[in-house]
Amino acid sequence: MSFSMKKDQRGVVIVSVEGQLIVGNRQELKQKVLDALEGGAKKFVIDFTRTGYIDSSGLGVLVSLSKKIREQGGDLRLAGLNEDLQTLFELTKLDTLFSIVKTPEEAVAAF
Amino acid sequence: MPPSPFRLIVRRAGQIAEISLAVPSDLEYVGEAVELVAAQCRDAPLSPRRLQFNLRTALAEALANAITYGNRLDPAKLVRVRVEVGADVVHVHVADDGDGFDPAGVADPTAPGNLEREDGRGLFVLRHLVDHLSFNERGNAVCLTFRAG
Repeated sequence: MSFSMKKDQRGVVIVSVEGQLIVGNRQELKQKVLDALEGGAKKFVIDFTRTGYIDSSGLGVLVSLSKKIREQGGDLRLAGLNEDLQTLFELTKLDTLFSIVKTPEEAVAAF
Repeated sequence: MPPSPFRLIVRRAGQIAEISLAVPSDLEYVGEAVELVAAQCRDAPLSPRRLQFNLRTALAEALANAITYGNRLDPAKLVRVRVEVGADVVHVHVADDGDGFDPAGVADPTAPGNLEREDGRGLFVLRHLVDHLSFNERGNAVCLTFRAG
């Protein structure tokens, strides 16, 4: 399980989640995003294209990050959710809280 | 190489298997414990998709609850996982040493006032991932049932 982060030429930070986002690694993701926010980044995309599963702690950290990014005048978008992950967001009603798009490319282009 | 923190025992007879795993009460071990169990369930009567998503997510939830609320992150205590793989069903038992809890007392995380809370979704998610969920009377052991398919 790991996270990779890159910033495009327009300053959009794209974080890819490989494997899983769960209770054991959520703090690592949180710290990476908060460090980038601290460094002045405002636009974030979290890419779940290569993510197998997300537990409720992983969902919780996304809620927390979304709030912190909005408080700083920024925006967080989620992309690349497979059918099971999309269902997870729908049943927890978190699809109403996040901007969810199909691909990371679409998410970046929409900023 | 450091010794494994897990104690894994597997008994197999044809398609039937019993897998036992003892997990120290440290949240860092959840991901590895889930992969150990899932790898031993390769012959379970579940689709690759349900094995990949439902079983893994549900087990991660049950382990995190047992470690955090049951054993209160005490590394001296173990969470015990026992999986029974049958021809048409998989039962996953997860037990801790805690005092248990009342599942009926957990708030609805989808209620408008709770939606932006960071925690409180574990049991709700768990219920949607399994075919049946049951607790023992004390509330410190949970059984996740996955029917074949």
